Amino acid sequence: MSDDYQDGNALAGPLGEILAFDVTTAEASCACCARTGPVATLRLYKRAPGLVARCPACEEVVLRMVRTPDAAWLDMRGITSLRIPLP
Amino acid sequence: MGIVSPGFRGRGRGRDVKLPPGQYLTEDFPVLSAGPTPRVGKDDWEFTVTTESGREYSWDWRQFMELPSETPTVDIHCVTKWSKLGTRWQGVSLDTLLADVDTAADYVLAHSYGGYTTNMPLEDVLDGQAWIAYRFDGEDLPAEHGGPARLLVPHLYFWKSAKWVRGLRLLDQDEPGFWETAGYHDYGDPWREQRYQGD
Repeated sequence: MSDDYQDGNALAGPLGEILAFDVTTAEASCACCARTGPVATLRLYKRAPGLVARCPACEEVVLRMVRTPDAAWLDMRGITSLRIPLP
Repeated sequence: MGIVSPGFRGRGRGRDVKLPPGQYLTEDFPVLSAGPTPRVGKDDWEFTVTTESGREYSWDWRQFMELPSETPTVDIHCVTKWSKLGTRWQGVSLDTLLADVDTAADYVLAHSYGGYTTNMPLEDVLDGQAWIAYRFDGEDLPAEHGGPARLLVPHLYFWKSAKWVRGLRLLDQDEPGFWETAGYHDYGDPWREQRYQGD
């Protein structure tokens, strides 16, 4: 199904390769509609040439990641801010 | 000696098939999508070519259907490594759509309902190389494959064949699209395996 998506928890593995914290618990603020919520609540489209996470409120792209053989490309233009819980 | 003839395993088996490097042959038609499928009714559909000077040329569905169509049979190659051979389409050639468009642009940025974009040199969509396709295998193009109409540029990786296309922007300067700004190759020739930037 083309509208199949997973929740943002599925970003934990791919982003865990490049970020030193668990991104799924971070609070992302959508640059389009200002909705704020954990990355785990984003809608993740994986049946594509890369990973595309969209806001569950406005459906705009919040985050994209492409893994090439020798690099990871991370686009976070759709995030105004990311609040990362730290001890 | 085998007891099952390869001829019973379906079209393509035993054919002398030459695929671009790194590709495998598939008989089905995988659906890839970077977001929800836009549901665009033909009554609401419009296709617009915008030149580098800002002049617009638009067609609604009825006007589009009155244009002469072609029925290309082409091989398609997805950057995710599947290839599908002998796909049958019906659509309007971009030579037809751009015939009366006054432009000196060198590049084109296709844009779609849903926000997707992809770029290519203008010369790559001329001379019988690209269509706005609205039928596949004799049927109306389903929404999951880009209906009511999609761009078809089969000599480039299939991400360039934008689903749900709504227009072309003709540009003096190259402007990378959705995947081209995220690590994928700007041109995307499958025979030179131009998957990622730097390939």
